[in-house]
Amino acid sequence: MLEIRFHGRGGQGTVNAAQLLAKAVVAAGGYAQFIPAFGVERKGSPVFGYFRMDSGTIWPKTQVYEPDGVVILDDSLIRAVPVFEGLREGGFVVLNTALDVRELALPPQAGVCTLLDATDIARELIGAEIPNTVMLGALARTMPGVDADILAGLIRGKYGEKNERAFRAGFGSAQVLRLKEG
Amino acid sequence: MSMIDALTGNECVAEAVRLCRPDIIAAYPITPQSVVVELLASMVADGKLGSKVVDVESEHSSMSVVKGAAMLGKRVFTATAGQGLAYMYEPYFSMSTMRFPMVMTLACREMISPGTVWCGLQDALSVRDAGWMQVFCENNQEILDMVIQGYRIAEDHGVLIPINVCYDGFYLSHQTERVELPEPSEVDAYLPPIDLPQYLDVNEPAIVDPNTVGSFLIRYREDHLACMQHAKSVIADANREFAARFGRDWGGLLGSYRMEDADYVLVTMGATTGAARVAVDIMRERGLRMGLLKLRFMRPFPDAELADMLRGRRACAVIDRSVSFGWDRGVLSVELAAACGAHGVELPVLSFIGGLGGLDLRTEYVVRAAEMLADAPAYLKDGAYWMNEDFLGEELGK
Repeated sequence: MLEIRFHGRGGQGTVNAAQLLAKAVVAAGGYAQFIPAFGVERKGSPVFGYFRMDSGTIWPKTQVYEPDGVVILDDSLIRAVPVFEGLREGGFVVLNTALDVRELALPPQAGVCTLLDATDIARELIGAEIPNTVMLGALARTMPGVDADILAGLIRGKYGEKNERAFRAGFGSAQVLRLKEG
Repeated sequence: MSMIDALTGNECVAEAVRLCRPDIIAAYPITPQSVVVELLASMVADGKLGSKVVDVESEHSSMSVVKGAAMLGKRVFTATAGQGLAYMYEPYFSMSTMRFPMVMTLACREMISPGTVWCGLQDALSVRDAGWMQVFCENNQEILDMVIQGYRIAEDHGVLIPINVCYDGFYLSHQTERVELPEPSEVDAYLPPIDLPQYLDVNEPAIVDPNTVGSFLIRYREDHLACMQHAKSVIADANREFAARFGRDWGGLLGSYRMEDADYVLVTMGATTGAARVAVDIMRERGLRMGLLKLRFMRPFPDAELADMLRGRRACAVIDRSVSFGWDRGVLSVELAAACGAHGVELPVLSFIGGLGGLDLRTEYVVRAAEMLADAPAYLKDGAYWMNEDFLGEELGK
């Protein structure tokens, strides 16, 4: 079982992105689950979500405390929310940021780090600062077991061609850094 | 041939209702159920569902509208949660006591106060004695399947009692997961054509439900309770045929997991069951013979069935996502004790309450409860253990 925790802010499309990821995994014949955790539902407030993927039925209907990876759609959340809490040894971090890896205080257990300025790419390709589809591209590049073409098709179906291009730009431009051997 | 997709619990309700094709839908949106109402309205607007939708200004009106339609022998649907159910209580009670069958889904949530919109089974369980059948679902597939089964069970002429299909708010209502969507023709073959008593006819004016003296009223109650008992066999039949047609056997009144040789039994309802399955596997790996009973129907309550499954076991632990005010326990714990008492089953029962107000009922909590269960005599006490944020840290009992 692979577990991922999503962090975003209201309005960034975090929940929709994770739901599309679950649909892509299921469309490819796998099993996936996404449970969003809503606090106050308003633009800008922190949003959480819990994603699981497996080869069979996923029974627990609970939050994720020890994720194999975290996806962070807004780097200002690093100071606001314990985004790295419980990250497993060697786990991955996919982060929307304009900063360089040396400028970031990543947790010691992080094994893989994918950085990109998804907001900038989204602004250029879809004309809005909504980074979710770009971030899905970076995530599909980082995590195992996702068929990028199936996900691209689902994004096109839900949001149109501009967002599919944004997804492919995220996939293509993401810098996947291996922080540890193995 | 089923279609496979990843859908939320609320989406599963709407898809199942589309497949059951009610004549009339009247529902008022409330968190966490709102998406059900929005989707059904969209389906009707887009011509994918032929139901008539009546816009209403409240839950009291939504139930009153469908009650009127039910008097004409129509298949009807509504959905609500929490405070909406509380506001609906008056027509809710008379819908069941007038014996109008229908399906109403509940995206269960905690009751106010304190102010909350988050998960808990308190709303549904607080009205368990209002004459409806109530089934609680563990995952999105079960929600979809039980809306379909619900119409078949409720509309059976030996039953004619409405049913609540209940599911944990947010943890299921907003959870996206893999589900199999049956074809309309498959559901048509499973659900008999609508054939319900018609009490109103504009050409033959009549009074429905006048004031009734106690000597008659008590007979209505006798009949209602008897039909609720008869529903147990209808539920079992509906499950059996559903399993044969669709390949999914939910167990009827009770679900079970690794119970064959179990000495110790976890008892759960709804979405909490998933974490309990994991806990059972963990305890089995440690060499303990543990099993799981999943209470599916709160009404009719499977008293004899539950007692039979517990007879001869060493101990059980009940995990509730509700409280029973006046008892220091949750609702399921109280109901289970009554069933055991009525059927002469004596065993130690540990009670746990958790997951209130949207709190996560963590797998770690259930594992801890399972560990205490394995050493039950040391942890026996009158009241419940609270699965709050101190639960794992506390040295409990002993």
